[in-house]
Amino acid sequence: MSQIAYLAPTSADEAAAALIKGGATARVLSGGTDLLVQLRAGRLAPGLIVDVKRVPGAIGIRQEDGGFVIGASTPGMTIGEHAALEKAWPGVVEAVMLIGSTQIQGRASIAGNLCNASPAADSAPALIAARATCVIVGPSGRREAPVEAIGIAPGRTSLAKGEFVLEIRLPPRAARSADAYLRSIPRTEMDIAVVGAGVNLTLDADGVIADARVALGAVGPTVALAPDAGAAIIGTRLDEAALARLDDAARSACQPISDKRGTVDFRTKIAGVLARRAAAIAYGRARGRA
Amino acid sequence: MTSRRHISATVNGDPVEFLSEAGTTLLDALRDELGLTGSKEGCGSGDCGACSVIVDGRLICSCLMLAAEAEGRRIETIEGMADGSTLHPLQRKFLEHAALQCGFCTPGLLVAAKALLDANPDPSESETRYWLAGNLCRCTGYDKVIRAVMDAAAELRQARV
Ligand SMILES: Cc1cc2nc3c(=O)[nH]c(=O)nc-3n(C[C@H](O)[C@H](O)[C@H](O)COP(=O)(O)OP(=O)(O)OC[C@H]3O[C@@H](n4cnc5c(N)ncnc54)[C@H](O)[C@@H]3O)c2cc1C
Ligand code: FES
Ligand code: FES
Repeated sequence: MSQIAYLAPTSADEAAAALIKGGATARVLSGGTDLLVQLRAGRLAPGLIVDVKRVPGAIGIRQEDGGFVIGASTPGMTIGEHAALEKAWPGVVEAVMLIGSTQIQGRASIAGNLCNASPAADSAPALIAARATCVIVGPSGRREAPVEAIGIAPGRTSLAKGEFVLEIRLPPRAARSADAYLRSIPRTEMDIAVVGAGVNLTLDADGVIADARVALGAVGPTVALAPDAGAAIIGTRLDEAALARLDDAARSACQPISDKRGTVDFRTKIAGVLARRAAAIAYGRARGRA
Repeated sequence: MTSRRHISATVNGDPVEFLSEAGTTLLDALRDELGLTGSKEGCGSGDCGACSVIVDGRLICSCLMLAAEAEGRRIETIEGMADGSTLHPLQRKFLEHAALQCGFCTPGLLVAAKALLDANPDPSESETRYWLAGNLCRCTGYDKVIRAVMDAAAELRQARV
């Protein structure tokens, strides 16, 4: 590990410039809970590590224009401690809080979870269901992209050279809305999702679902929105028939692999089950706010 | 090109300065540069918690943090837990309950348990078990560890009133 250089820029421009100068072997560092594991295992030999945690905005949570802005490098523990955020976005917060142990929570960030681009990244389904966006900073300024546009293949993102994620933005919360995230793992703690399901929905004044988004993790090369699954429950009160349609649509959206954690059949079946259960939790939470 | 950089931080309340290569972990710096060998390396991949330290109030794995990141930070390690020769109640309770055998996991467990009690003086057993899920022990079977932490928490609450 001796050829590595380390920089901790204190402005976004400086960070982008360092990343460009560092070239193909430059890597962004947030909490390091993926990056350092890869580095230590010899899977990665970065020439330059650009620690973006000292860039203004990278750490911290604020409310703005009715929504929330989460510094993309903010550790999970800080996100879990934010009462107002948890109240507005319980599904997003529970997804982030599932990442790793207490120690991992002390460092692991949303930016790292999304940019590591694992199809099993726990925060991704909840954020996609929530219509969260990433504020991306780079050599040609800022741009905003939906979370689902970040991961393009296992371990690969759509970020251009010199770009990094500075903020995660959650939109203003409509009345009677709530979200939920569930994952299935072989143990009760400290494991990688076999399937993850995020559901975000809004009810009308009569308790009928007016808007719904479902996103699934670990059942395809990237975490993805399942538009048909969301559509399957719109206009319903989440009765048995609606749940059955949701289950079907979620299963149809799956294109998983078989590995030691689960076969294609198992993952597909569980995706339907978790989509139902997460929808029921989100629905119950939204009703509780009516 | 091995550029050693100069790092200033606070460790267990004392200002420290050390030199470190850019790719060196905080764990290696603590052990090899500062001689604080209480923090252990069990896995080097964030799974075992033997390297647990507290940085700016947050429990973390020092094997997954670069020493360079420690610039200006406040670090607490197992070496700062006892007050001179007076053991911290958690340390005392670990001995009383025989919550250790080989002892390799013990510094990490103690630091993690201290972080828990700093944040939540009255954790339930289930909260305690979840909090410590990132600390692996191959010897004790955890039960005595949990008893020791719950007992220390009770004693600390008593001392507070
Ligand atoms: C023991 C253990 C348990 C884990 N459990 C889980 C789990 O249950 N669920 C789960 O989803 N993950 C889990 N992880 C993986 C990891 O903790 C998460 O993916 C975490 O969110 C990564 O965040 P980080 O800030 O540590 O990322 P880093 O390691 O800093 O970065 C990860 C990747 O993202 C890039 N990156 C980081 N920040 C930015 C940025 N701002 N802009 C652009 N690119 C960036 C890095 O270059 C790197 O490629 C676990 C890891 C460990 C070690
Ligand atoms: S040595 Fe750091 S978690 Fe195992
Ligand atoms: S006492 Fe041996 S590993 Fe815990």
